[in-house]
Amino acid sequence: MHESTLLRYIAPNGEPLTALPVWCSQSDWLVEAYRHMQFARLFDQKAIALQRTGQLGTYASILGAEAIDVAVGMCMEATDILAPYYRNHACQMVRGLPARHILSYWGGDERGSAAAEMQQDFPNCIPIATQTLHACGAAFALQYRQQSRIAVAMLGDGATSKGDFAEALNVAGVWKLPVVFIINNNQWAISVPRTLQSAVSRLSDKGLAAGVPAIQVDGNDIIALRIALETAFQTAREGQGPFLIEAISYRLSDHTTADDANRYRPAEELKTAWKHEPLARLRTLLFRLQLWDEQRDTALLHDLQNQLDAEVKAYLETPAPPVTDMFDYLHAELHPALREQRDWCEVNQMPGGSHAPGGADE
Amino acid sequence: MNNAITLLEAVNLALNHALRNDSDVVLLGEDIGVNGGVFRATAGLQATFGEHRVLDTPLAEAMIAGLAVGMSSQGLKPVAEIQFMGFIFPAMEQLVVHAARMRNRTRGRLSCPLVVRAPYGGGIHAPEHHSESTEALFAHIPGLKVVIPSSPQRAYGLLLAAIADPDPVLILEPKRIYRSVKEPVTDDGKPLPLGRCYTLRPGRDITLVSWGAMICETLKAAETLAEEGIDAEVIDLVTLNPLDIDTLLQSVTRTGRLVVVQEAPRTCGIGAEIAASVSEHCLLSLQAPVRRVSGYDTIMPYLKLEQHYLPNTADIVQAAKQSMEAL
Repeated sequence: MHESTLLRYIAPNGEPLTALPVWCSQSDWLVEAYRHMQFARLFDQKAIALQRTGQLGTYASILGAEAIDVAVGMCMEATDILAPYYRNHACQMVRGLPARHILSYWGGDERGSAAAEMQQDFPNCIPIATQTLHACGAAFALQYRQQSRIAVAMLGDGATSKGDFAEALNVAGVWKLPVVFIINNNQWAISVPRTLQSAVSRLSDKGLAAGVPAIQVDGNDIIALRIALETAFQTAREGQGPFLIEAISYRLSDHTTADDANRYRPAEELKTAWKHEPLARLRTLLFRLQLWDEQRDTALLHDLQNQLDAEVKAYLETPAPPVTDMFDYLHAELHPALREQRDWCEVNQMPGGSHAPGGADE
Repeated sequence: MNNAITLLEAVNLALNHALRNDSDVVLLGEDIGVNGGVFRATAGLQATFGEHRVLDTPLAEAMIAGLAVGMSSQGLKPVAEIQFMGFIFPAMEQLVVHAARMRNRTRGRLSCPLVVRAPYGGGIHAPEHHSESTEALFAHIPGLKVVIPSSPQRAYGLLLAAIADPDPVLILEPKRIYRSVKEPVTDDGKPLPLGRCYTLRPGRDITLVSWGAMICETLKAAETLAEEGIDAEVIDLVTLNPLDIDTLLQSVTRTGRLVVVQEAPRTCGIGAEIAASVSEHCLLSLQAPVRRVSGYDTIMPYLKLEQHYLPNTADIVQAAKQSMEAL
């Protein structure tokens, strides 16, 4: 990490490192960010608990990525387009997606990506870095229609090794697309550390080869993130082309609930990383700036927990989708060739059918 | 009006019509702009419609497909050209894991009304990697329509249908007959239906099914067979996914005999799928085993040997006669 070039406003201990922007004290933006980050943290804990108790599928934790996601979500306009990877639930929630749908997605229900609140945002992208090209395509559509909206692609440090990312940066640069790429460099791509991912000292330097301006920012510092994002978003929105942000963070969790980071991650490193984490840093700052106190904190946590409980309840009470959905959304219209298979699928799940509940394979 | 044009010119005509009538249509690909494409399928279109609608892209196939996914998800109708099908593989990930399933995975919230065009097949003495027929790889993918025109009129109407289709369509253009087949094409903007076969020649005795450039040899074989008193029905499969199996079954039920002609390797090809469906649905109508005329299960040879790889009219006639002699 190159401390000297890293954009940073808050020290890991919550101490301001420099004069803070006026909006820190003259608006409730920081408190709002804190609220979103607290909710993300609570959501994450609950999602893992649901997975461990068999009520959710494999889940990718966002522990340690809260500041990045929340800053991006809060700095984007509602009509902008998000192309997320699979670790951006906090950003999605800030953009208005109710937690029940996020649980629905990770619970194995395609309808989790169907929510009207997602507007034109892309669904979670599992194949690494492919979403960066979707963001470019969407950005082209916005540019083509002369709209002042932007597309935002989020990716991990591992994704920067893929050709798709290089191709996306490249075309964004050539076509001056209104797109911003945000790398959550959390130091680990499952078990492969950042040092084995690339010999370049700063991932943001990958923008150089594509003529894309880039900045490296402390991804645990919500103020620095907002400053960087405002510059990047304004550049894209005003037709000056793309921007790349590398946000340095640390994956405090396993890769997913199917992973055990103890197999490869030094315990000491994790211990140190916890001293840099974004939520405690912001909380300390808020107290220091006298924007927050214990009483409000307790009330907020109580309130957020109630909200979360309601979302979890709604998720758990949602019945599985109809089996025929797998046919009905394949094409706009069902082709006659598929009608027979659809009929069998429907019949098989009926009482006495081969896939009826309580069948021989269960 | 009645001027006969080539398949390539028909593609150009359809693209021109689409660009003229729908501002959401954009073309993208390598060398498609000033150069008009390496086969000239897009000749003159950039000059007519501008650089913002006919886009010369950087040289990256995954990017072309990924851009098309992103564009189409926002309601544009991108028509992407992959210069040769042999170079489509970097784009395959985007087509398979995103374009083909965007509607399904968002339950209709987003969709990808994109078209990818790629010249495919052998017989033009092209370099390595420029001659393969790998259509079955794509026909296997749920959610991806695969269409192969084999005449100028069908190329025109099917391309317009693909552009109008609300879902992703891969159009494979048989480059061997890009310029060799001519017919008059009416530029009326009328799409031809996707997802159905086209019976090119009615017949009573045997059904010959093919697609792409092999349609030419298949039609010639039918003429030769006719001279020998065998009345062959020739069906152009046209859409490989979803397969219009009903038309095939009706024909085979009538004729009792079927030969499938494909340029592609035999194993796991479309011919195998057709043979399996026929045996499942109308085995008792068959008077002879289904026969396949195909390329060998080998790497497509370079130009010195390609004529030994490609099935020809004699192969089809022979297979049809063997079928007629059975029982």
